[in-house]
Amino acid sequence: MKLAESLLKSPGASILNIEQIRSDFPILKLKIDGKPLVYLDNAASSQMPQPVIDRMIRYQTTQHANINRAVHYLSETATEEYEKSRNKLKCFINASEDREVIFTSGTTDAINLVAHGYGRKFISSGDEIILTTLEHHSNIVPWQMLAEEKGARIRVVPINNAGELLIDEYEQLFNKHTKFVGITHVSNALGTINPIKQMIEFAHARNVPVLIDGAQAAPHMKIDVQDLDCDFYTFSGHKLCGPTGIGILYGKASLLEHMQPFKGGGDMIASVTFEKTTYNTIPHKFEAGTPPIAAAIGFGAAIDYLSEIDMSVIKAYEHDLIDYATEQISFIPGIRIIGNATNKVAVLSFAVDKIHPHDIGTLLNQEGIAVRTGHHCAQPVMQHFKVPATTRASFSFYNSMSEIDALISSIQKVQKIFS
Amino acid sequence: MNTKSLYQEVVLDHNRNPRNYGSLDNANRTAEGDNPLCGDHLNIKINLSKGRINDISFQGESCAICKASASMMTTKVKGKTQEDAETLIQEFRDMTIGKLELDSNHHLGHLTVFSGVRELPTRVKCAVLPWHTLHAALNSVATVSTEADDDPMHVSIGNA
Repeated sequence: MKLAESLLKSPGASILNIEQIRSDFPILKLKIDGKPLVYLDNAASSQMPQPVIDRMIRYQTTQHANINRAVHYLSETATEEYEKSRNKLKCFINASEDREVIFTSGTTDAINLVAHGYGRKFISSGDEIILTTLEHHSNIVPWQMLAEEKGARIRVVPINNAGELLIDEYEQLFNKHTKFVGITHVSNALGTINPIKQMIEFAHARNVPVLIDGAQAAPHMKIDVQDLDCDFYTFSGHKLCGPTGIGILYGKASLLEHMQPFKGGGDMIASVTFEKTTYNTIPHKFEAGTPPIAAAIGFGAAIDYLSEIDMSVIKAYEHDLIDYATEQISFIPGIRIIGNATNKVAVLSFAVDKIHPHDIGTLLNQEGIAVRTGHHCAQPVMQHFKVPATTRASFSFYNSMSEIDALISSIQKVQKIFS
Repeated sequence: MNTKSLYQEVVLDHNRNPRNYGSLDNANRTAEGDNPLCGDHLNIKINLSKGRINDISFQGESCAICKASASMMTTKVKGKTQEDAETLIQEFRDMTIGKLELDSNHHLGHLTVFSGVRELPTRVKCAVLPWHTLHAALNSVATVSTEADDDPMHVSIGNA
């Protein structure tokens, strides 16, 4: 019986064996200046479990060579393992074909690929691109660069004070010039989960393609790109317990085939002469040069690890974490939670009266607690709430309730220091 | 432990009750200092005459390190000559990036309480911003920041 089922079948029992999970992550044993590490910066990057570390070492010690290039055993093995990882990602997001999964160096790289491969080819002067106030800079800047180059215009969906998109306003932004939509699935600064399925439907009724930035969603819930019907979906390996330097762009085959290549070089060509070069088919058309092979294989191993636990178990456990954290922090006087959407992942951005986030973060670090302070690469969100920065605690399925208790008591300690 | 020594009582006191906080009616030099990535913002006003800082004030929103640094700076430089103030500015900057020997012949006095910030690179800008801004005011430069070329460590520290 799968781990998930056995846990779900025992009523009242914790749905996830937190001690067992935590023992899989060697870094969680670290001490920061004598204090146990309490790692609450998962939205920035997640930690790697031993099985994924081991898989990457095994690749380097028994399987590594360059892919797609040779007929020898190691090259064939490396190629096979690399493509196996592609298939794992395809299944993870329920894409219809392997070739719709492009390996990139991360989410930012993937979005830039679309801005160049699709945007540069199909967006022209006077066209409009819809983005939202919740976007991470990586889903703003590439479009601004494109808009400036082409003479196109960016339109922005506003948010309410709970940090939720105003869907009526989104719909009203559409006109005959609207040619592209970019939406974050989950806000990295606030944790808001956006109703992207309905937003995609609305755009498609007007023949407008949609890119979804899934960097903050894929670690926390099951993604089904066919059900969402998104045209593009992007996310990064290091936020899902995989290595840094790898991510994927999912794109519908029909779109990817008509896009122009992003980077030029080896592997993305069919044939090269100085007179004319023809391009390879997808996905290789977008995978120029030697890819981060070990990282791709690590990403696949991370997907295996998460799938073994089951994304719905992870989602339910993290829901308990954010409920508990929100409840506990609301008992502390002088705390303002920033981002109170009805649907959120386990991200808690907050402000403490009269104490600057930088001071909070520095003093929490002294207690071994890692949170992030700053604008979180989401300056438009900060501007909406009229704060230069927030303190953000972001949880993963390997965080425990007692770590939340540690966070709460440390915040109270910080308040005491400043009182 | 450096963080603890940084948030010691004198720093917290200057944060709670900042000295020379407010406006300055007879100001003849003013400068704005901005640390856009973390949101520290300061305005420094001075009355400079015959080469001496007769009066000084500061205002703005900032973290505790920045506010305490500004407060202690104003008490230190009030009444000093421009030349002496520039020496202090240089010594303070050097201290925060670990270039100053604390037992050498410097003039920082109690300001050495900020020496711990050299172990916290992301907070160096917070401590240095008031001094940077004072330097701007003394030299009639209107606005400064601690980013890019003005970064005291000449390394950009990204804020995610």
